[in-house]
Amino acid sequence: MNTEALKDLLYKIADDQLILGHRNSEWTGFGPLLEEDIAFSSMAQDKVGQSWQIYKLLEELGESEPDMVAFMRNADQFHNCQLVELPNGEYDFSLIRHFLFDMAEQIRFTHLASSSYEPLSLLAKKIKGEIKYHTMHAKIWMKQLGSATEESVSRLQNSLEEAMPYALGIFEPSKFEAELIKEDIFRGEEVIKEEWIEQISAILKETSLKMPDLNSITPVYGGRYGKHTEHLQPLLDEMSEVFKMDPTADW
Amino acid sequence: MSKTKDISVEEIRTWLDEVMDPEIPVLSLNDLGVITGIEIQASGKVKVNMTPTFSGCPAMDYMKRDVEETLQKNGIDDFDVHLSFETQWNSNMISDKGRAALKKFGLAPPPKHNLIVDIDLLEHSKCPYCDSTNTEMKTPFGPALCRSLHFCHNCNQAFEQFKPL
Repeated sequence: MNTEALKDLLYKIADDQLILGHRNSEWTGFGPLLEEDIAFSSMAQDKVGQSWQIYKLLEELGESEPDMVAFMRNADQFHNCQLVELPNGEYDFSLIRHFLFDMAEQIRFTHLASSSYEPLSLLAKKIKGEIKYHTMHAKIWMKQLGSATEESVSRLQNSLEEAMPYALGIFEPSKFEAELIKEDIFRGEEVIKEEWIEQISAILKETSLKMPDLNSITPVYGGRYGKHTEHLQPLLDEMSEVFKMDPTADW
Repeated sequence: MSKTKDISVEEIRTWLDEVMDPEIPVLSLNDLGVITGIEIQASGKVKVNMTPTFSGCPAMDYMKRDVEETLQKNGIDDFDVHLSFETQWNSNMISDKGRAALKKFGLAPPPKHNLIVDIDLLEHSKCPYCDSTNTEMKTPFGPALCRSLHFCHNCNQAFEQFKPL
């Protein structure tokens, strides 16, 4: 088992969950409807909980304990894709990001459920059931608002165009694609991406939204190896503010 | 001194009937289905395996602590309460007794399923107050990770359902 490759894979998945979990939590108290406030807060709780479980797997592989890993790194040590760190923007952008990201996560964890690394496959089996509720939520809103009014359609379309280069960055190949695939740890980003394109295209077809032409879009890469937008460090500062006051405090 | 010589796995299971879900105080951990194994090892050590309902469920730590306290209260000093995903929880593991308790509590029990949860399973949940299925799901998310929000058009009441997973 190539431990470096495995850690690289676990870090990017865990960091995606943690950072988007934090962004989702920023809707708590601000959702446009009470139900949506609760939905994003619940998805935040799921994602932060899932990140903790993945950080636990990393701890078993010799990394620091989850709180230290989550709260004590700087932006350039994070492996999340840039899509998840972008500010929430207006609700249309948050919905689009939620749809694009969680559809990819559903596919990712479905494949990871048959990973040759058993601790990961067991956890992935659990998470894929939980994410189903996230994609269910995303699909309901895409279908409703994606064919509702002129304003809802144009807002979602604009956000879709804006988010797509970053969404393609979810699938930035890792340094270890070949090793991970060879050892049956992970099917590889290309497989996930192809399925994702197929699935989101099918859903968009049921709406008035148009799938952007992916051939004319340059994916935003770099996040997997520490290159981030100016938005990540302020998020980390806020997230870790209380922890850093006394890292030894027992909660 | 540990008293494990004189006790059985069944007895330990009976003690755990008294340990309730901290968020649904009518449902025991046995009926919830999160106790996945009880073992008395040759050394006398009691091992209890548990599995989370949802991986981000904040109540799991409390449940684990409550199990540990229950073992101690019954004179067991040598124990290991272990949380793992080896045996995975799904909502079919909630016992019939647990389902009845949920309904009485005003929470619709999760429908039994073939491990494929889709929206149809949630759309017309049975109202825990009047048993009508003339209901609609308002949102798959509720006040806890394990609950969704619904409305009954027959008795005009909002209700929550323990989510199928």
